[in-house]
Amino acid sequence: MKSLQLARPQRGVMWRLWLALLLGVAAAGSAVALLATSAWLITAASAQPPVLLMMVPIVAVRAFGVGRGVFRYVERLVGHDAAYRVLGETRARITGRLEKLAPLGSQRKGDLLARLVLDVDAVLDLWLRVLLPVAVATVTAAATVGLLAVLLPTAGAAVALAVLIACTVVPWLTARTAERAERNVAGARGDVAATTTESLLTAADVVAYNAIDSVLDDFSRRDAHLAAAERRSAWSAGLGSALLVLCVGGASVAALILGSTAHITGAVFAVLVLTPLALADVLGGIPAAAQLAIRVRASLDRVQELVDTPAPVTEPAKPLPLPTGRDLQVNLLRAGYDGPDVLDGLSLDMPAGSRVVITGPSGSGKSTLAAVLLRFLEPRGGEVLLDGVDLARLEGDQVRSVVGLLTQESHVFDTSIRENLLLAKPGVSDLQVWKALYRARLGMLVEKLPQGLDTMVGEHGARLSGGERQRLAFARLLLADRDVLVLDEPTEHLDEETGRALLADLFAAAGNRTVVLLTHRPELVPPHVPQQFVCLT
Amino acid sequence: MKPLDPRLLRRARGARVFLAASVLIGVASGVLIIVQAVLLAHGIAGVVLRGSRVTAVAWGLAAVVAGRALLVWAQEVVAQRAAAAVKSTLRRQVLEHSLKLGPVWLSGERSSALTTLLTKGLDDMDPYFARYLPQLVLAATVPAGVIGWMATGDLIAAGTVLITLPLIPIFMALIGWVTQARSRQRQHALAVLAHHFADVVGGLTTLKLFGRAKSQESAVRRVTDQHRAASMGSLRLAFLSSFALELLASLSVALVAVGVGLRLVDGKLGLETALMVLILAPEAYLPLRQVGMQFHASADGVAASEEVFRVLETPLPARGERTDVPDLRVSPLYLYDVTVTYPGRDVPALEGFDLELRPGEVVALTGPSGAGKSTALAVLLGFVAPERGMVVAAGSAADEFDPVEWRRQFAWVPQRPGLRLGTVADNVRLGRPDASDDEVRLALLAAGAPDLLLDKPVGEQGQQLSGGQQRRVALARALITDAPVLLLDEPTAGLDADTEATVITGLRSSGRTVLMVAHRPALIAAADRTVTVGARELVNA
Repeated sequence: MKSLQLARPQRGVMWRLWLALLLGVAAAGSAVALLATSAWLITAASAQPPVLLMMVPIVAVRAFGVGRGVFRYVERLVGHDAAYRVLGETRARITGRLEKLAPLGSQRKGDLLARLVLDVDAVLDLWLRVLLPVAVATVTAAATVGLLAVLLPTAGAAVALAVLIACTVVPWLTARTAERAERNVAGARGDVAATTTESLLTAADVVAYNAIDSVLDDFSRRDAHLAAAERRSAWSAGLGSALLVLCVGGASVAALILGSTAHITGAVFAVLVLTPLALADVLGGIPAAAQLAIRVRASLDRVQELVDTPAPVTEPAKPLPLPTGRDLQVNLLRAGYDGPDVLDGLSLDMPAGSRVVITGPSGSGKSTLAAVLLRFLEPRGGEVLLDGVDLARLEGDQVRSVVGLLTQESHVFDTSIRENLLLAKPGVSDLQVWKALYRARLGMLVEKLPQGLDTMVGEHGARLSGGERQRLAFARLLLADRDVLVLDEPTEHLDEETGRALLADLFAAAGNRTVVLLTHRPELVPPHVPQQFVCLT
Repeated sequence: MKPLDPRLLRRARGARVFLAASVLIGVASGVLIIVQAVLLAHGIAGVVLRGSRVTAVAWGLAAVVAGRALLVWAQEVVAQRAAAAVKSTLRRQVLEHSLKLGPVWLSGERSSALTTLLTKGLDDMDPYFARYLPQLVLAATVPAGVIGWMATGDLIAAGTVLITLPLIPIFMALIGWVTQARSRQRQHALAVLAHHFADVVGGLTTLKLFGRAKSQESAVRRVTDQHRAASMGSLRLAFLSSFALELLASLSVALVAVGVGLRLVDGKLGLETALMVLILAPEAYLPLRQVGMQFHASADGVAASEEVFRVLETPLPARGERTDVPDLRVSPLYLYDVTVTYPGRDVPALEGFDLELRPGEVVALTGPSGAGKSTALAVLLGFVAPERGMVVAAGSAADEFDPVEWRRQFAWVPQRPGLRLGTVADNVRLGRPDASDDEVRLALLAAGAPDLLLDKPVGEQGQQLSGGQQRRVALARALITDAPVLLLDEPTAGLDADTEATVITGLRSSGRTVLMVAHRPALIAAADRTVTVGARELVNA
């Protein structure tokens, strides 16, 4: 499994995982030993030996009784500590990789990332609920088999067979039946999910047109399919667990038969027959781990797939120094994401300080152009020149120190207004921060807030309105002081009035910078602003 | 958190059947566990004391093992089937109830939260049914039987188990109670970490724009390390309750074993009884330990079911009964001093609004954004009850009428029309299900979309249509009804001037009463009169 690479432990964590394994085996082993020594103790005691002879096994029984709880507690602590370390490292690694991939293609980005964040958590499950428990179970069971084999080789062999089945066939069967069940219900489940989403999204229309009953009928029909598919796949669930019960019980019966005719003491015989019973507890977690393994693997595979996406641009081996001029020239540019060229031979002249409005329906290549201008995407042909130097011969960070971007969904971090702004230019004074806020026409609002610049904006800036969020992002862009501002649909989620006001303010605040506005709502552009109007088709 | 929510049994028949079946299986499992112990003890003792043959015992044991395997399988089958049935029942009930609670209740975050609940959330109930509940039933049935049977052989051992067993839940509850705050802290630390990662990943493009992305890898590492150290501190306490469980269970077994061993030495007990007690003692604790282990796995499912009941127990708004709704073709409609404040807001969305709407007239609602224009339409549709003031037609208040009947008087084009998966015609027919193809075509024509093919699929959420096309489909959907009053929320936004003119002509020629939210001059000019919705002071947005 290549995706396991992602969740591999870093240096300094490996020994913690081994320690967790060791402690886990000690805990599970104590449980087995508790039953084995108890069986020995009782059978030996029935011959009524002097009590003094019984002291050692009595102490052992008590020690094992305490040992299981204590070892288990420490194991969980060590295991969790290690797993959290691995998770942190995996997150850091992925961040490092995604940094090179950002902004990750054109669309669906939000969903993709939200999913990624959840999927990465599978690292915890992988170590805590799949690998460690299975390793502990296997090692403990193997050790038990070894002990029984010493007492009576034939019985040991029988129990070994049971353990082998429990460690191979049981997880395989569990995983397979779960996978099959999942496949059988996936279609129906997706259908129900889609209908649910739609019904809730269109609730107002449905209620207004008195169509609740027909919508519910439709939903019930699809839901019945799902329920039926789930009921059908129920038959195969639990086969793995049932097989496990057969294995453990079978081992006990086999030991009973084999031991009854062997030349061994009664106490040893009792140990042989009863010890396999303790294996039920040791191996009991295997079906659940196998089932979880499928989901963990799917999650990690998804992450891996994302991480394996080829980087959208190659940085030049020997970047040229940043030129001083700010004239931009697009020559016969061809570019596109996965599919065919979206931009096919676009040429544009954008001298320093100019105003360019580029319009066109969605899909006509506006965002693709923005991505090329910011070195987020490699052109397939043609070139973009900054003061005569091809952008491809500059470092991406250099280009972005000249060209700034405001999109329809500028990310606002879940921290204070000040921190969100300082990100653009660490260490600047509050005075400059306020200046940027006022130029983005957000100053009045922030001043009225009781905590001013220290106001927390909430997750994704949820405590701000759509217009305020865009203004905050714009203030950040102004603070960063880029010479070329690319505005990609900055009014997308705003109503007409708010959008119009925002655009007027954007153009006014831009001063002598170059402004490239990409929009499919040119009617919102204040009159007389653009020097150049380009329509993409 | 209750171990078993009685509401679940009340609401879902599947859950009752399941519980009954689980109890049967649980009792049968208990019996087999005892039989297995008796047979094993008998077999071992026979060999050790008398050197007897084990064939009969071995056959018996094999049968018991097969029976136990069968029960394990049956339990899982029953659980999965019950989960399927219960989830299905709850899904349908929640969807129906939330639609009945109405679009205002559903708006915003709630809609997406409900979608998650009904799709992924309810699936979290699978482990609850498949593992937690059966173990709970076993925990109630098996220990009682096992202790009872032990008592027939050795009262002292049975007494030991009887005393220690209840200690487990008591200790767990005590420790859980003490460590609750710490374990919440830990959850919080973990949530903060996940959130920080999500925020960084989501904002990587922004960070890259400002040349700050490269430092994020080490930032994530640093933040993770800080929080891990904090959360490990809480884990040491949080794991105490399961420590108590494990320790008590295994220590009690050890106590029983040693006690039995000593009584054997004294000759107060037979070997067979002693072995039986030894085999049964762990079985008395096992279900309880399993419940403890499965408790967390099923916590998500319990949370989901609680969320479900929160929705189902939200009372539906009172609704009128009268079906003799006045015909708005002839009766004027009045709004008197209508004030609406949405739940959770301080400021009214619409305040002191008066309106007279005479049959056949076209009225434009204007006013700044956020003044309550759309809210006025929502009040007429009965989506939201005015906190003050009333809607009156033919001398009766609107809330006296059955809302379904009342809404037949209106056709509505919302600002963002909700189109359903299907074709253009399917969506237009939401207005009148029995409309013929020609009628649908006529409606599309009047809505300014003569070129839209009837069988064109609209895609998920109408995504295969442009914004303007979606709006025109919604308009056609309104025009095809025979409702006397059209309520239109910016019906021509996103349309070019020519199409807008067609739409306006279509509206005027329908002869119906029209109340429309309007921004554009052409639309305002087309109205008989304009009503401005109160301009209150707005926050600088």
